[in-house]
Amino acid sequence: MNSEKIIETTKLTKAFGSFKAVNEITFDVKKGEIFGFLGANGAGKSTAMKMLTGLLSPTSGEATVAGFDVFTQQEKIKKNIGYMSQKFSLYDDLSLLENIKFFGGIYGLSKEQLNERGTAMIERLGLSDVSHKLLKEVPLGWKQKIAFSVATLHQPKIVFLDEPTGGVDPITRRQFWEMIYEAADNGTTVFVTTHYMDEAEYCNRISMMVDGRIAGYGSPKELKADFKSDNMDEVFVKIARGENYKIQ
Amino acid sequence: MFDRLKGIIKKEFYHIFRDQRTLLILFGIPIVQIVLFGFAISNEIKNVKIAILDQSKDEHSTQIIDKVLSTSYFDLDSYLNSFEEIDDAFQKGRIKAALVFPPKFSETLQKESKADVQIISDATDPNTGTQIGNYLQMQVQQYLMEHEVTATSTLPPMLINTEVEMRYNPELKSVYMFVPGLITIILMLVCTMMTSIAITREKETGTMEVLLASPMHASIILLGKVIPYLLLSFVNASLIIALGKFIFEVPVMGSYALLIGEIILYCLVVLALGIFVSTIAETQQLALMISLFALFLPTMLLSGFIFPIENMPLPLQIVSKIVPATYFNIIIKSIMLKGATLSFILKETLILAGIFFFLMGVSIKRFKIRLE
Repeated sequence: MNSEKIIETTKLTKAFGSFKAVNEITFDVKKGEIFGFLGANGAGKSTAMKMLTGLLSPTSGEATVAGFDVFTQQEKIKKNIGYMSQKFSLYDDLSLLENIKFFGGIYGLSKEQLNERGTAMIERLGLSDVSHKLLKEVPLGWKQKIAFSVATLHQPKIVFLDEPTGGVDPITRRQFWEMIYEAADNGTTVFVTTHYMDEAEYCNRISMMVDGRIAGYGSPKELKADFKSDNMDEVFVKIARGENYKIQ
Repeated sequence: MFDRLKGIIKKEFYHIFRDQRTLLILFGIPIVQIVLFGFAISNEIKNVKIAILDQSKDEHSTQIIDKVLSTSYFDLDSYLNSFEEIDDAFQKGRIKAALVFPPKFSETLQKESKADVQIISDATDPNTGTQIGNYLQMQVQQYLMEHEVTATSTLPPMLINTEVEMRYNPELKSVYMFVPGLITIILMLVCTMMTSIAITREKETGTMEVLLASPMHASIILLGKVIPYLLLSFVNASLIIALGKFIFEVPVMGSYALLIGEIILYCLVVLALGIFVSTIAETQQLALMISLFALFLPTMLLSGFIFPIENMPLPLQIVSKIVPATYFNIIIKSIMLKGATLSFILKETLILAGIFFFLMGVSIKRFKIRLE
């Protein structure tokens, strides 16, 4: 992992009226890192993520993603990132191949690229038999992996995963994280939000949000030491209770 | 850019053609409706069963009866012998009208150069009842004209002959009204309901978020989603016009180019309405409810398709003024039936265009806010 910063924010804020959903958050993500973005529901994770993915304009502060400004260069950011939403976000009534072609197409991949990468992806997932079947006929466990593969088909610099393993069984979750590691090994930066504290351990570094602010920030090891805890669950509980704000 | 747009359009067609319910709404409803309206619902006077009570059985009465029965409007049910039998025939539902000649009909007519004929019409359905009465009366009067019943030398003192011409629809066929009306309704159904559902469906499944996170501009996404419905609406409109023309002989008097242009304009208006609905509704179900109750019903009832706007109470007349279908109804009837050119329907066309720009502006604004 090198130390080049691929996401950098300074006092990034999003206010809806007088309510600050995201309140002056400052952090950075390094290239090729798996960065865990944690927090309870309503802590401001999604809002922060939407600003970073160009879906939402920030109110104030500064942030760059892949070297582009989130205020003025949203379109350029969108070209360089992949996004997987927390709902299963492929089309059920399209086949695997059609989904690949459609999503690859909207990111501007050429026919040759689509064929090449699509075939490679289907082989890697071992889904050659079902590539022409509609996705609704494909077992649920596969869908998440397919969605991740589709989100990275255009080889983005950063992939944003919004609670990708919600409602998935432990074995599939394990396999899913193997895919995340693989992507990170290939140089893709992974920005992932999650509820599962055991997953937080898999990340290189994490940030924890409480009430729109970053209340914990660092590697899992550092955080456990800082909060004198044995596991991330304890860290999370302590942070959520408001003990010992490390930053800000 | 164009490839991406094509991608979305193609995907939307997959959705449409793989969902049988969508297909049924798109193509089943128009065909069923036009057949229903065309064949089953009819205001025409044709082969109406009548009974005759002829108490004279003389020259003029039999000739009038022959004339009445020789038209395709009336069919003889039976000759009756008494007034009681008329009541009986009405109550049993055998007849819709009865024609009664008093005794010594010809004689009276010759002597006094006037005589009475009684027409009894079943007015449980007032419109048809009146119409049947008028038709019968017309037959009798025509007979008098043709035969100049002036056996005595005294001519009738004065006679004003009114001639009624039913312009644009001489046979008073109801399909003339239903075909243009159905186009209005069905385009609304396809464009507004289907697009609002298609857009909200993507919101529900979460795919809209993924699309918006892609480098594609929101307007391209919207465009790609509505173009398939625009094309299908056009197919639908053509289908209805063709069915009307070849099965029900509803003419297209005006220019096809103008008709096509106006249909596209109306499609754009109702598509914009569909996009607007999708910015209000978060779920498919809500989109469906809004489309059906807030848009479909007023269009059906207040656009002048079924009930004449002039006869509505003032508040409803005002509502009808903001229903886009009201204007399109005028436009399409004028083009198809009266052969109107653009200059005759310019006002309505401009109003529709105005509604389109207004809705589009509001929708785009709301669509953007939704993203926030």
